[in-house]
Amino acid sequence: MKESTGQRRKERLDRGIKVRSEGLYALMSWRELSYLFFPRLVLIGGILILPLVVPSMYWQRVISIVCIYALLALSFDFLAHYVGLVSLGGAFFIGTGGYLAAILNTSFGLPPLLTIPIATLLGAFICTLLLFPCLPLRGVYFAIVTLMYPLLLARVIEALDILGGTDGILGIESFANRWVEQYFIILIVLFFLFGTRRLVNQDIGLVFRAVKDNDQSVRASGISITYYKTIAVFISSAIGCLAGAYLVHLYMWAGLSTFALDFSILPIAATVIGGAGTLVGPVLGAFILVPISELLRAFGTLRIVFYALILLAFIIFRSEGIMVYGQRKYHQFEKWIKV
Amino acid sequence: MSAPSTPILQVNQVTKTFGGISALNEVSFDLHAGEILGIIGPNGSGKTTLINGITGFIELTAGEVFFRGEKISGKPAHKIADMGVTRTFQIMRPYYSLPAYKNLVIPLFSPRAKRTGGWRGGGKLGDRNTVSIDILEELGFERESFVPYKKASNLPTGYLKRMELARCLALNPEIIICDEVFSGLSMSEIASMVPLVERLQMEGITLIMIEHRLRELFRVANRIMVLNFGEKLIEGTAEEVMADEKVKEAYFGSEAVEEVMDHA
Repeated sequence: MKESTGQRRKERLDRGIKVRSEGLYALMSWRELSYLFFPRLVLIGGILILPLVVPSMYWQRVISIVCIYALLALSFDFLAHYVGLVSLGGAFFIGTGGYLAAILNTSFGLPPLLTIPIATLLGAFICTLLLFPCLPLRGVYFAIVTLMYPLLLARVIEALDILGGTDGILGIESFANRWVEQYFIILIVLFFLFGTRRLVNQDIGLVFRAVKDNDQSVRASGISITYYKTIAVFISSAIGCLAGAYLVHLYMWAGLSTFALDFSILPIAATVIGGAGTLVGPVLGAFILVPISELLRAFGTLRIVFYALILLAFIIFRSEGIMVYGQRKYHQFEKWIKV
Repeated sequence: MSAPSTPILQVNQVTKTFGGISALNEVSFDLHAGEILGIIGPNGSGKTTLINGITGFIELTAGEVFFRGEKISGKPAHKIADMGVTRTFQIMRPYYSLPAYKNLVIPLFSPRAKRTGGWRGGGKLGDRNTVSIDILEELGFERESFVPYKKASNLPTGYLKRMELARCLALNPEIIICDEVFSGLSMSEIASMVPLVERLQMEGITLIMIEHRLRELFRVANRIMVLNFGEKLIEGTAEEVMADEKVKEAYFGSEAVEEVMDHA
């Protein structure tokens, strides 16, 4: 038996409809159109309906948190797999965006409708500025520096006792009601999901991907790689800061835990589970991982063990991730053939 | 062939040392508009280092490079390419994850292409996909075939070498510096590349060609410069260069010289 499997290999053929729908859109019937639309509609519809079907307020809150992690995972996936910068900056972005929104709200009295956009843009500007020195470099420097800043900023706030010190900033305004709270972040996730998807296929997105693929060649094309890396980091940190600003309005509190490393690590795990480089995969990964982590809360400290086992199982058995696997099944026939 | 008087590229006393080893030692030459300069030399003689130095991919230890009288040494590589001094890589550097024609969208998106290309050249508003397929077709990628749409990782060496040239052409270059575009190609592939190089010259592009394929190089090049151990041995026509004693010594025993001398 073992010998005969050694003689076979899996042959993969693109489905005809996949080939037709690529590039030239020669789709004739509703059935064929639905091939493209159906998966997207399921995703959009599924996410939009989620707050209505979950059993309790508690789980509605979980959805908001899922969306925060989904944004971080999206920002990680975009930087790592389309620009080639491995970022551990989730905590950095959340903390910067969060504290900015908190200051704008408590000290300047701006409503969330203003603090969130301002914190997003200003936060992204600050993050990009602080990360700029390591952008001309290749290698692990970017990852190290993004990991260093949240630790550094948290210690600075703690040691100098500024911005509320260890108590954090209290009394931040919350959203008008829970529906605004829910649908605001859900729409944001959908916007950035489809937005980044579109961006990476534009000409500028091709330049990002080229920087990842072969930066020397980009330089030889008369394009500054540092400039495009800066733009990409700005986009990515804006997504992260937006999530952070939303988070502090959700909790009505900004504290040192916004710099917690969970925000850096969990998005990476979500990307591994969901499928690296697919953009939608990491979002789905967050929708799987965060609720699991909530369910495992009952196991107390043991939950990290279960959590690690789930991750390990994924890395061993489906290292490509759910979305890559799913897309392949959707687009291709597979059969075993004798070699 | 008489060259025009003002050189388009001047290389003055260029030196590059790696640690204690000097890879280039006070190399100088002039490049005149519209000519093809061939650079030859044994392996490790500093040819690629010279290119890297001119195009800003490595920092020169000493010496200066002028393009149209403006100093370009010390500028970053993308600025030099932006001025129109483009290069190919000896080891091809395509974007393997992108289809061939999408590879060219990147140079077409560069500031230089937007500035100089106009609408037809992809410019600011042009359709870069169309332009890139036009350029690829000029370089022998059949428009109606699957070749321009294939992922670069699935293309054979011959096409990847052409894509290196295509990337330079997409920038509307003034100078193309070719680092061994003939190496690794079959005889028939080379035979189809030679007219291509001749056409580039007719279109007014100045070329520097580093080559080990001497016979093909001598067919297209106006002048030849020989490097050995980082030093310039001689510069002149193919016949002058090959008759020189020092060159014979550098290539001593090499079949290349024998072969070329037989044909010369």
